[in-house]
Amino acid sequence: MTRINSAAELEELRQGILSKKDPDKPSIAICAGLSCLGLGNGTIISAFKEEINKQSLESKIDIVTTGCHGFCEKGPIVVINPEEICYLEVKPEDVPEIISQTVIEKKVIDRLVYTDPNSGEKATHMAEIPFYKNQMRVLLGNNSKINPKCIDDYLMIGGYSALAKALFEMSPVQVLEEVKIANLRGRGGGGFPAGRKWETTRNAPNEEKYVIVNAHEGEPGAYMDRALFQANPHSVLEGLIIGAYAIGSHQGFIYTRHDTPELRKNLDIALAQAEEYGLLGENILGSGFNFKVEVHFDVGIFVSGESSALMRSIEGKAPEPKPKYIRTSVNGIWDRPSNLNNVETWANVPQIISKGSEWYNSIGTDRSKGTKLISLSGHVCNSTIVEVPMGTSLKEIVYDFGGGIPNGKRLKAIHLGGPMGGTIPESLIDNPLDFDVLAKLGASMGAGDILVMDEGTCLVELARYFIDFLSGESCGKCVPCREGIRQMQNILTNMTKGKGREGDIELMEELAEVMGAAALCSLGRSVQNPLLSMLRYFRDEFEAHVKEKRCPAHSCKEAAIEGV
Amino acid sequence: MSEIILQIDGKEVTASEGMTVLEAAQQAGITIPTLCHHEKLDPYGGCRFCTVEAEVRGWTNFVAACLYPVANNLVVKTRSEKLNRIRKMILELLLAHAPDAFDLQDLAKEYGAKKDRFEKEASFCIHCGLCVRYCAEVKKKNAITFVDKGKTREISFIPEIASKECWSCKECFPLCPTEALQAAYVLVQALAFPSLESTPAE
Repeated sequence: MTRINSAAELEELRQGILSKKDPDKPSIAICAGLSCLGLGNGTIISAFKEEINKQSLESKIDIVTTGCHGFCEKGPIVVINPEEICYLEVKPEDVPEIISQTVIEKKVIDRLVYTDPNSGEKATHMAEIPFYKNQMRVLLGNNSKINPKCIDDYLMIGGYSALAKALFEMSPVQVLEEVKIANLRGRGGGGFPAGRKWETTRNAPNEEKYVIVNAHEGEPGAYMDRALFQANPHSVLEGLIIGAYAIGSHQGFIYTRHDTPELRKNLDIALAQAEEYGLLGENILGSGFNFKVEVHFDVGIFVSGESSALMRSIEGKAPEPKPKYIRTSVNGIWDRPSNLNNVETWANVPQIISKGSEWYNSIGTDRSKGTKLISLSGHVCNSTIVEVPMGTSLKEIVYDFGGGIPNGKRLKAIHLGGPMGGTIPESLIDNPLDFDVLAKLGASMGAGDILVMDEGTCLVELARYFIDFLSGESCGKCVPCREGIRQMQNILTNMTKGKGREGDIELMEELAEVMGAAALCSLGRSVQNPLLSMLRYFRDEFEAHVKEKRCPAHSCKEAAIEGV
Repeated sequence: MSEIILQIDGKEVTASEGMTVLEAAQQAGITIPTLCHHEKLDPYGGCRFCTVEAEVRGWTNFVAACLYPVANNLVVKTRSEKLNRIRKMILELLLAHAPDAFDLQDLAKEYGAKKDRFEKEASFCIHCGLCVRYCAEVKKKNAITFVDKGKTREISFIPEIASKECWSCKECFPLCPTEALQAAYVLVQALAFPSLESTPAE
């Protein structure tokens, strides 16, 4: 690899990569996302390699192992290019037939293509499958086209051209303004305007400033950031470099989990390749702008995704939150201005710079712009990741993309935003995916994780589950959070065992008020949100547990003392 | 250092830049109750008992007075119905651990906190961190530390350090508002260095 020293050289390199590619040469893109790997894609990949070897076709067929395509429920997924024929639920024994029939003879194998469960209609190409067709895959669309371990694949599809545009055609302030006008709001949960946050750090009085990717993603049910980062690490990295340029930072950090080795591998490779090309380090693309990135790992606790705890962890201290009476964007890592955004937020930046804020503003609702990644889990046919425009109704997400509720059961409620989010009942799912609408409903966008629950789900049990999770994942420093969680856990556990006492619900509400006002960090102050939303919409269910020792969902077995 | 004028409980208070609300209040003779605060130690903000209402540009926030920096035109309320509810609940949560601690009992009378609001918890420790921070910040020995996280967080002596340093020090003992610290020490001594002190702890 040779260093790229200008925007023209970058374009030259891109053309060079394209010209070496034979557009008609068959290539097999195999999803190696976490879910597909779990479904045995490792054996599929080796089966393809073996078969190609056996038939001495190594020079004639390419194999590309890609990141997550979405539609995990139907994995392992294999796409045959250039025709984009998409095969679902592929098994190793299908491999010789795929090679001989589809790759060589160009014939479609009917049993491996998508069949609509209702109409029975078949869809051969990825773009025709309703699951993909109806999404707006601005961030995920390239996942099936590139090998995340190969920077040339990213350059081939126009990667780093947004960086070149920012560095050579725009001033840092222009970049900042573009992101501000685009109304990009943070995807990590808060929904805070990214441009305003950048501006605070940019204007903070300290020469040394930091930019950080929050890739911690610790919420149960949230797995979209990992899918995006692992499949297309350069899209996030490009956003980070552009952000650093706008903010005036020369040092970036990526903070992620210690227990995601595949992501770690792809990140290490991406950083090394970007540096070799001169896209990181000194004098990036010959522009005079310097920027370095370090990767840091957590120690395995949910609270380290909280911004001040994350920054202390990067400093090498225990990940305990620090009160943010002076914001971290002014006073963060080593008391220096530090701008933190999550993976998805950063990945939006190159899109905004390439296509402009006007384009970005054309997607979404009045105050929530762009697309949003959603990870679906729970009682839903497709446990998977989708990307939809903001404003899409929650109903469409659950039914059209999620495929509805399995086993003929009815939808009861959906929970958004994990252990700091909220639950809303089935009657409200016509509402749009929108930061402010969801907040008014007592839920929250969170990171975009939606837990779907059928009629057999007990919300007392769900409240207990989230509190249980937090009891081991908070830091334990402040009294309202540590002791509040402890007592709520006791009360909710008793309720699910039919041992609830009169006054328990009111006591939890008292605890919630104290935790919400007095806890040290934003985790402690939002721990009670799931419970409060459940009491808002499903109070009768909690009362039935306490007063009648009855579980209306017939889920808490020990509570089923009478009448069930 | 420039002078800062703020209001605490309706009274105009002069402070200097860099001071906390707690320090400004103390200087003006206004009492804000605390549990984990100690003048020799860095502000900690763990007990949240010093929570006050701070009004900045029309917005009221609940903040820890021991950490919140003074600012011009800041309006602070150290007493309100909600603050009383917060402090009462904090006491009740802690009394589940240490129902017989004198400091807690005195405050419980003042705030009307009941010691049996919650079931008795096994550990006496209220996690004020006075012992841990005193050993780290004043003695610079780190013989005692917090271990684990969330609701299983506890204080624990480091046997290797404690066996060398603690027998002649024990300056943290009087700081402990409960008996948790002494219990932790007796435990580490019995397990790790029983022979170093010939007479058992009295």
